[in-house]
Amino acid sequence: MKNFAYLRAASLAEAQQAAARPATMLLAGGTTLIDLAKCDIAAPETMVDITHLAGLDTIALDEQGVSIGALARMSWVADDPGIRRHFPAISEALWQAASAQLRNMATIGGNLMQRTRCPYFRDPAAFPACNKRRPGSGCAAIGGVTRNHAVLGTSPSCIATYPGDLAVALVAFDAEIDLGTRRVAIDDFFLLPGTTPDREHAMEPGEVITAIHVPASPAARRSTYLKVRDRQSYEFAAASAAVGLELAPDGRTIADIRVALGGVATKPWRARAVEQALKGKALTAESVERAAPTAVEGAVDHGGHRYKIDLAPRVVARAILAVGGLA
Amino acid sequence: MTVIETRAKRGDASDGTGAGGTLGTRLSRVEGIVKIKGAAPYALEHRPANLAHAVLVQTTIAAGRVRAIDSAAAAAAPGVLLIITPDNALPLKTATNWLGVKPSEGPYRPLTGDITFYGQHVAAVVAETFEQATEAAALLNITYDEAPAIPSLDGAGEGTVVDALSADWGDAAGALAAAPVRIEHEYRTPREYNVPIEPHGLIAQWESDTLTLWEPSQWIDFMARTYAEWFEIPFDNVRIISPYVGGGFGSKGFAYPHGAIAAIAAKMLGRAVKLAVTRPQTFTAFGGRAETRQTIALGATREGKLLSIVHRSANETSIKDVWAERCGTVTGIMYATPNFSSRHSIVPVNTVTPGALRAPGENPSAFAIECAIDELAYEVDMDPLQIRLLNYTEKDQHANKPWSTRQLREAYAAGAEAFGWSKRSPKPRSMRDGRQLIGWGVAAGTYPVRRTAGQALVRILADGTVEVASAGIDMGQGTYTILAQTAAGALDVPVDHVTVKLGDSRLPSAPVAGGSQLANLMTAAVHKAAHAAREELIGLALNDPNSPFQALQANTLVIANGRIAAPRDSGPGISIADLLRRIGRDQIEALRDTFAENATNPDDRFRNFTTITTMRAPTDGDYSMHSWCAHFIEVKVDEDFGTVRVSRVVSALDSGRLYNPKLAESQWKGGIIMGIGQALLEEGVVDRRNGRVVNNNLGDYLIATNADIPDIQVISVGIPDHHASALGGKGVGELSIVGVAPAIANAVYHATGKRIRDLPITLEKVLQH
Repeated sequence: MKNFAYLRAASLAEAQQAAARPATMLLAGGTTLIDLAKCDIAAPETMVDITHLAGLDTIALDEQGVSIGALARMSWVADDPGIRRHFPAISEALWQAASAQLRNMATIGGNLMQRTRCPYFRDPAAFPACNKRRPGSGCAAIGGVTRNHAVLGTSPSCIATYPGDLAVALVAFDAEIDLGTRRVAIDDFFLLPGTTPDREHAMEPGEVITAIHVPASPAARRSTYLKVRDRQSYEFAAASAAVGLELAPDGRTIADIRVALGGVATKPWRARAVEQALKGKALTAESVERAAPTAVEGAVDHGGHRYKIDLAPRVVARAILAVGGLA
Repeated sequence: MTVIETRAKRGDASDGTGAGGTLGTRLSRVEGIVKIKGAAPYALEHRPANLAHAVLVQTTIAAGRVRAIDSAAAAAAPGVLLIITPDNALPLKTATNWLGVKPSEGPYRPLTGDITFYGQHVAAVVAETFEQATEAAALLNITYDEAPAIPSLDGAGEGTVVDALSADWGDAAGALAAAPVRIEHEYRTPREYNVPIEPHGLIAQWESDTLTLWEPSQWIDFMARTYAEWFEIPFDNVRIISPYVGGGFGSKGFAYPHGAIAAIAAKMLGRAVKLAVTRPQTFTAFGGRAETRQTIALGATREGKLLSIVHRSANETSIKDVWAERCGTVTGIMYATPNFSSRHSIVPVNTVTPGALRAPGENPSAFAIECAIDELAYEVDMDPLQIRLLNYTEKDQHANKPWSTRQLREAYAAGAEAFGWSKRSPKPRSMRDGRQLIGWGVAAGTYPVRRTAGQALVRILADGTVEVASAGIDMGQGTYTILAQTAAGALDVPVDHVTVKLGDSRLPSAPVAGGSQLANLMTAAVHKAAHAAREELIGLALNDPNSPFQALQANTLVIANGRIAAPRDSGPGISIADLLRRIGRDQIEALRDTFAENATNPDDRFRNFTTITTMRAPTDGDYSMHSWCAHFIEVKVDEDFGTVRVSRVVSALDSGRLYNPKLAESQWKGGIIMGIGQALLEEGVVDRRNGRVVNNNLGDYLIATNADIPDIQVISVGIPDHHASALGGKGVGELSIVGVAPAIANAVYHATGKRIRDLPITLEKVLQH
């Protein structure tokens, strides 16, 4: 761990100003930042503490949707009655993430900014090659132990999995990330690795996440987050699905459906092909099972993670059937 | 003069003895409160003055040589005091190992440029603060000449047969070939790690030629001897202080290279040095359980009666040292078979030398034989419990001796009854709860009774309280508590009047807290010492001119609840404190041991406490002595996802007499929990390109969480076994993990029809089977 300057931002404006400077990082819950510093990955020269800034930790719900302040703790949001009622997938994604201790510390903004658990990314001394850490140095994961790596959205430069749960639910429901001066659709906020896996988010220097806005929708209200993993708790997803469903007044035609995948892709992965295949169709086990495999269209197999290609459609199907009352 | 025997038979504890907190009762851990409050000091929490901090640097190749270490940048970093490399580290003397052998007369170098595994220590940086040392350590520029490495057992060849572990009777090959029913399969277990919640590390401090170490230890005397021999100082000049140990599971019995490095740094600097091994570094600072592979061939009649067992097994060891994970230890004693053959090989690979992890040997051994017998049950269409009873063995065929006690049949019966085994539907895939396939599996486990002589000091103090002292340790298993109970019972004082001091090399020596032997040998020694102290106290009370009892001309006295009285005296007598004051004694002290009467040679005694050479085999004597258990486990398998959840565990265990049922049950449950992790989660994953264990942290090396563990019912079926130990106990700590993984694998087969023979049973194995 390296020495760094600690700055306690007096205001959001000061935090934004500070964040514009190079080698500067924001400190909120600190759960991922401290971890990355110990791994010798995060080495900021300045840490800007924003934990005390007023007005950034509220959860405001109205008919249009919910605004979640960037400094709200994961556990608060998971337990918020409005979130649980109108966005159950968000609540479920949060309480299945991390551990109780981490959820009590970690913030929503920080959660979005968490970085991959790729062991090659996290171990610079053992594996110098990592395009995410050192652009152009190569990818040590390819050809290595790939059990937890992505099958979707990969590139020859990077196959690291996006690790989070919350963002998977957010991407299903078209959330927007509030950067103070502008809003970015969450699907645009997270970037594919392409040839620049070091660039993970569409944030510019000086931008600070202030809130997340999630529009209300019948699909969000009837939603779930299904996370599959070997360990019941405190493990990243082998595959997960956030699903929301709106049925037509006939009670069987799918009026709207949202499907997003976690644990299998380089970013929170909206499975639009599954949505397209099911929209307007009758909700039946057969239709769901026929549509689910399109969730992994374009998957690329690097060995140990092959099971995810089989698993992800099953998780999608189960989640749809569960939210549709058929599982 | 006679001494009235302590009343040992009373109360209603599970073994029928004990009351008022004495042996046999469910006394809570006496050190529990200080631990819960955070007031129990662990080794690295000690803060000696002028403390410097050492950080280890490990290799990033698995084989080859260090070409050069450029330490210029590190040396110039703030706060750096010392950089230790293979070139400047003080050479030490080679120390006697735990088998009593000195491997060479040459020097011992805890840092060397000769690299045989990834993550080998190659340097250490000492600085004023931990952060400075960490920062400077990253600045070391180490270059290597890399050589080809063998990353793991796969592709490492057949290895070398360890002849001493071979066992044969009858004509195993012939009987197998002629058997009407034959099955043969390979079973594998991966590298597993101890991962105690307190990582390893120490504080070393020199004062002239005396070395003090605050270091967690399962075996203080052996570790002190190692340090003494490394540095060529008298044994008594090493003091190890380890009153609390945050788990060890076999990994804290030895002094390791990191200990030598810390002590070297402290000596070179003339300051106290703290060295905390980081969690990732613990994966290669010492070994966990070796990877194993076993092939078991069973020959049987069509009725399921065994005719032959042919067992071939192997484990990985390091390039430079030998570790045998003895996979045949259960294979030959669990079932009756007229023909048997077992061979075990060790295969060198580029790894740190593997080590002991809860039930080394028995654990993987039981995985193979207990899965194989289950496979045979299906082959002959028989209930898996019935086939075990059909092949029950009434004696140890290998040693040709009767069992001292073997309550395994009782364990099967009690476990099956509590579990409801009779309601099991025999066919695989025939039990279901919604989308979950349900499987019920059974497997047995065993662990040998190990016996080493012990000793203990018991003092009756001026205030009437009692002190028990030993260098033996408590790593959570309950030594403090059961020794307080032993002394309280023997002296008839309230248990809260007994203080137990443990974990300090200045206290009377003790053998290793390993092999599940410590409770038996220490209760025996404390029992004996406490009785000696009691005898002396009564003798003084009867004979001392200042004693109020002297005039009675009685031939004995009664001690009860901390008071001493004449036997027929209806009065309250006087307190022990009162008596000691009147006779002018500030304490009564008795140091007693459980050596044979004539074993007084100091060298032999030293060997007893610092090696395992005097540890008696379970078959030494007229009997074969083992603990036994049977696990009945229910799993729920979501076949779409491949996920396995353990939903019910009932285990019946024979550990002989239980000194404290509450603590024994806790240890049993702990072993079962560890077994669930082993079955479903734990695996050290090696990147074959460089030999690195890539999941070397608790985020990625998965052990069971609370959410993975259902309610666990444990049932004691043991009876006092006085062949096994003076007070009737057998082993507790290691027994219960043995057999859990095969019970789960068998349950997974029953649920799914998928036989997964390599641990852990992860979701992709179930999906892709």
